[in-house]
Amino acid sequence: MKPLSDEKELLKGLANNDRKAVETLYQENFNTIQSLIINNNGSSDDAKDIFQEAIIVLYEKVRAGGFELQCQIKTFLYSVSRRLWLKRLQQQNRYASPGDSMESVVPVEEDLEAHEQRNAEFEMMEQAISHLGEPCKSLLEAYYLQKQNMQVIAANFGYTNADNAKNQKYKCLMRLKKIFFAQYKNGNGDE
Amino acid sequence: MNDTQILDAVERYIRGEMKPDERLQFETLRKSNAEVDQLVVEHTLFLQQLNHFGERKELRSSLNEIHTDLTERGKIDSMKLKGAAKVVYLWKRYRRVAAIAASIAGITALSISALVWAFAPKANSEVDQLKREITDLKNRTNQQRNELTTVKNSISEKKKNNIVYKSGGTGFIIDAKGYLVTNFHVVNKARDIAVQNNKGEFIAKVVYTDPSKDIAILKIDDESFKPFTAIPYSISKSSARLAEPIFTLGYPKNEIVYGQGYLSSLTGFNGDTLSCQIEIAANHGNSGSPILNKNGEVVGILNARQNSTEGFTFAIQGKYIYKALDDLKKTDTSYQRLKLTSKSSIAGIDRTEQVKKLEDYIFMVKVN
Repeated sequence: MKPLSDEKELLKGLANNDRKAVETLYQENFNTIQSLIINNNGSSDDAKDIFQEAIIVLYEKVRAGGFELQCQIKTFLYSVSRRLWLKRLQQQNRYASPGDSMESVVPVEEDLEAHEQRNAEFEMMEQAISHLGEPCKSLLEAYYLQKQNMQVIAANFGYTNADNAKNQKYKCLMRLKKIFFAQYKNGNGDE
Repeated sequence: MNDTQILDAVERYIRGEMKPDERLQFETLRKSNAEVDQLVVEHTLFLQQLNHFGERKELRSSLNEIHTDLTERGKIDSMKLKGAAKVVYLWKRYRRVAAIAASIAGITALSISALVWAFAPKANSEVDQLKREITDLKNRTNQQRNELTTVKNSISEKKKNNIVYKSGGTGFIIDAKGYLVTNFHVVNKARDIAVQNNKGEFIAKVVYTDPSKDIAILKIDDESFKPFTAIPYSISKSSARLAEPIFTLGYPKNEIVYGQGYLSSLTGFNGDTLSCQIEIAANHGNSGSPILNKNGEVVGILNARQNSTEGFTFAIQGKYIYKALDDLKKTDTSYQRLKLTSKSSIAGIDRTEQVKKLEDYIFMVKVN
């Protein structure tokens, strides 16, 4: 068993998307999850999907702040993965109760609910951006996601100056917001 | 300030890039202008979402990279299943599908075979039946062939003894080599013919028939028959005369019977010119008996065909025997040497002597 401080370091690294921390997490936990999935009617591709989703759940939890680990990371990831896999099996009508013998399980229902909300938002944004079309998509991604400087963007995208790029970015942003909020309000209204 | 500038300001405000005095100014604007305030709230939410999206995307791609990387370096098991484990895995995963597929296949196979059985097979059984019938027929034909051979053998061996003759008539010799004349209706449809006189019984065959004149010529075809040397009576070419006394010899029963009478009419039944009417006691077995005048000349063949007509007997005129013989010679050259006697050797002798000489030449014709 690792010292608690080590795990805290790992979580910190995860929150910052630190390559080394994520790699360690991956290496230490993936095989356990993979055997869980494969022993319960899954393939190695399923295992990869589920494990990565569990990591994202953990990541979101850490990012939201105020997260105090009440169990080992391993246990948390296992519980989340088990839950996620169960759900997917039910969706595919191939239900089989995964055995609990291997690991202890902690309740993760709340985390998963939050995760699902985020998932929905993520999909909405993804869809909105894919609806946008070029060059808006690349322009906005360059500015907001890759945080590039407006001057660099203007040069890369062939605008005569930063102001032109800014104007173009503004129009694109308005369209994106329109599409996104239309879905967002719809989605929230449905709930 | 236009919209672009406002948004720019909002973004800088949210990111905390404003200088303290500018920030103060903006907060004042925000408090006084609800629209700007609304924009700030909305844009904060939006940027948050966008950031989440970006971060998550980044994390996902880095996770994928790490996965590939770790798999390549062998730090995690790339569960490419092998051998039994793979079989077990596939079995676990697809057993339900397999079970359903198997039962569907089974049901389909059963129902198809049921359909096939219901609609198709009768043809087969018919063919089988036909085959069996053909085999049956073959067997039966073989059996029949055997029987035929047996019958043939038995006929050639013991023809004389075994055949039971049913109907019969009379016939008389016209050529010493064993040719007889009788009525066609006596031998009509005959299978076997035998002729019998006081010397014995001989097998005979039909060589000529004339249904319209009711004449048939038979040939004795028997090894035990010895040809005659000469025939005592002759065959008359001319018609008999009215009221001429005549006599006959025939086999209405098993013994030869003599009868006498006269020619009562030159035409036969209903004015038939082929025959003549005679007044003589005759019976069914008399058919084919010779009608002779006192000189021993055959003037006709007794033809009892119409003997149902009470009291009348008819005879075919003797000249038609010549005609029949001529026809026979025309159809088959092997009969060229047949010759009828034209001179009677029994003329002017006593009737009982005549009959005694005649007896041997008159045959009972027995037909099966």
